[in-house]
Amino acid sequence: MAYSFPDEVLEHVFSFIQSDKDRNAVSLVCKSWYEIERWCRRKVFIGNCYAVSPRMVIRRFPEVRSIKLKGKPHFADFNLVPDGWGGYVLPWIAEMAGAYPWLEEIRLKRMVVTDESLELIAKSFKNFKVLVLFSCEGFSTDGLAAIAASCKNLRELDLRESEVDDLSGHWLAHFPETCTSLVSLNISCLRSDEVSFSALERLVGRCPNLRSLRLNRAVTLDKIANILRRAPQLVDFGTGYYAAELQPDVFSNLAGAFSSCKELKSLSGFWDVVPAYLPALYSICPRLTSLNLSYATIQSPDLIKLVSHCPRLQRLLVLDYVEDSGLEELASSCKDLQELRVFPSDPFGAEPNVSLTEQGLVAVSLGCPKLRSVLYFCRRMSNAALVTIAQNRPNLTRFRLCIIEPKTPDYLTLEPLDVGFGAIVEHCKDLSRLSLSGLLTDHVFEYIGTYGKKLEMLSVAFAGDSDLGLHHVLSGCESLRKLEIRDCPFGDKALLANAAKLETMRSLWMSSCAVSFGACKLLGQKMPKLNVEVIDETEPPDSRPESCPVDKLYIYRSVAGPRFDMPPFVWTMDEAVRILH
Amino acid sequence: MSTPLEHDYIGLSETSSVERSSEKIPSSSSPSSSSTHPNEDKTTRTSLNLKETELRLGLPDAIDGPNGKWVFPMHGKSDVELAKGAILAFPRAVLEGKNNLPSMREVGGLPQSPNPVQDKNILVPSSNEHSNPPASKAQVVGWPPIRSFRKNTMASNSEKNGEDAAGCHYVKVSMDGAPYLRKVDLKTYKTYMELSSALEKMFTCFTLGHCSSNGLAVRDGLSESRLMDLLHGSEYVLTYEDKDGDWMLVGDVPWEMFINSCKRLRIVKGSEAIGLAPRAMEKCKNQS
Repeated sequence: MAYSFPDEVLEHVFSFIQSDKDRNAVSLVCKSWYEIERWCRRKVFIGNCYAVSPRMVIRRFPEVRSIKLKGKPHFADFNLVPDGWGGYVLPWIAEMAGAYPWLEEIRLKRMVVTDESLELIAKSFKNFKVLVLFSCEGFSTDGLAAIAASCKNLRELDLRESEVDDLSGHWLAHFPETCTSLVSLNISCLRSDEVSFSALERLVGRCPNLRSLRLNRAVTLDKIANILRRAPQLVDFGTGYYAAELQPDVFSNLAGAFSSCKELKSLSGFWDVVPAYLPALYSICPRLTSLNLSYATIQSPDLIKLVSHCPRLQRLLVLDYVEDSGLEELASSCKDLQELRVFPSDPFGAEPNVSLTEQGLVAVSLGCPKLRSVLYFCRRMSNAALVTIAQNRPNLTRFRLCIIEPKTPDYLTLEPLDVGFGAIVEHCKDLSRLSLSGLLTDHVFEYIGTYGKKLEMLSVAFAGDSDLGLHHVLSGCESLRKLEIRDCPFGDKALLANAAKLETMRSLWMSSCAVSFGACKLLGQKMPKLNVEVIDETEPPDSRPESCPVDKLYIYRSVAGPRFDMPPFVWTMDEAVRILH
Repeated sequence: MSTPLEHDYIGLSETSSVERSSEKIPSSSSPSSSSTHPNEDKTTRTSLNLKETELRLGLPDAIDGPNGKWVFPMHGKSDVELAKGAILAFPRAVLEGKNNLPSMREVGGLPQSPNPVQDKNILVPSSNEHSNPPASKAQVVGWPPIRSFRKNTMASNSEKNGEDAAGCHYVKVSMDGAPYLRKVDLKTYKTYMELSSALEKMFTCFTLGHCSSNGLAVRDGLSESRLMDLLHGSEYVLTYEDKDGDWMLVGDVPWEMFINSCKRLRIVKGSEAIGLAPRAMEKCKNQS
């Protein structure tokens, strides 16, 4: 006799289960749970748009309201993936237009979005609410105009760090006067000097639920006060230009406007800052939890002054102008700090232009007990510093260190930094993301394979001596999902020996390594559930001997089979397709 | 480095290097900063500035303009070549291969723009570039790992500070009579020639349309007679708006200086460009 709850009850219970992992677990319990779950799954996250086809998703989950898709590999951020590689969202939109008329949310990262896609979204989804285009490209303000005009219940329009063809600032005026539903608007990536400011002002003024507003550089300092006064309920604000000649009335107007925003906790923007205007922020600094000054070319003393007013700061993004001294001040003022990112102001300069060294990071690791996430660009590092950091902060979950010159050794001992990074993985037991740099041998990978059991994403560049390095990682890191490698002497052996591992990961990227074309073919042949793609812009890989290394290699698991939208410089190693090509 | 063969923008090669070596480069009189690497020695930068902004009058050789008015520097070519050249009439001075105008070296004592700087510029990948060969060991594609968005943003910031800029630099391009504008990223070009070829490709459809009433065949290449017809029918000149808001003729200043000061481009009909370069227009008009 089968004891079971009626479907409706189970569905109701499942509605409290939001996380994808839990939902996936639920669906594995039994067939009826699988069926019930799939009909009530409303949110789908697809970490690699080529791992599954739109039709497959639609077939399994017919009632989706919210979808999140990622396209290009992470190294596309650094221009390692040629234009035209892929990641097109249009096929997804086209299929969903028919299957999900009630789709409300689309979140995309590193995908190619055309105006046609945007227009299709605007036309097809009557209750569309959320559009987030993170680091996307391929569209213009015309597409945005279509979204603005048609989506009557639009709540979020977030274009963070996307590349938009800025044809005209007037797209903002396409938001109808009846649109009052905006909660979040992020146009910080728009480069144009023409933003229809009056349209923006009116839009902001009529959206009482607006919580997050990030302007672009076109909005000048004097206009910021006007905007803030219309939206005192803002929680997150991205300024436009924060530079102007110091004028007392402008200053006091600005300071007054900021102080009227009692909920404001997060600030960003700050393109071009005149330090004299920073005190206008002092009234909100005590409440600030997140501050992004990573585009602000202000010097350490001004940064120190500002930061010392922000005791509740949890997240700080800053340029290396902050220097060691600024970070020491941060360590003593901001005990709630959880995330720190320090970007280089002059990454291509041969000599350091600021006094930022490993000392700053050590200070923060000592002074900030809640520090979990670090992204740090610097020019020198030592094993001793890394060991100290690891011992100070075993609660680190994300550690990305970029020593600007490749293969830089420990500056004190001139040894590789194996021991230092080894300490990081050994002490930080919950480390899920790690990026390596500096001089590193196979030893560091041995440490990583041994201790990095929770490691999910690893980025490697100019490191290692032999296949053994890669083998340590692939055989040891049980939780590994994403591995990206460039300019390392890793070849066929480790890859082929750990082929099965690749099916447990989302993806592997290897460029300028030593993997041969023959090995790629073999892998493609033996592993049907993997898409093995070779990228070579100069000539077809089979125009050279099989033992020749391929330029770039991208391997990802997929249930959709090889893709058919590959550009001429991408070759699939799937035997059937390759032979037909 | 060997002096590259000069071409007018449609690829007809120059005659002799002798002509090249005796050329002076007409410079803009506006003291815009030259693009040098931020780490470069300040004195070099200052001296470069002075040299580059030194007012040079008129054309090097024969057709000299002693009165200070600048002339369309299409000198040295035969009239036929000139005619072939100009859908977008271009100062020849700038058609000298790379940014490093070779004749600058030969005109006594002018310090070159340092090569590493130029190469570094080429190497810093804009979002459109992806396979740039490294000039020095440190310069590698995609390293240090900084996102394009950040690179481009910092580039625009440093531009405003007068420093050397990496990243991209989009400007609008309008053409008289065209129904819509285009945008080009000046950073993707290294020379005036590349820019003009790209613009020509972009706006080809409009010049075609303009001439269709003359019953000209659909063009699949640039034939001499075609160009002469176009030239006579409608001359186009490339102009740009600089940081001061003035409209200038493209081609007078070194490439780096140009891209640092150019805010937008406009392709104007020859007749309207008369105010910019009277002699050149007259010269063109007198060919037939």
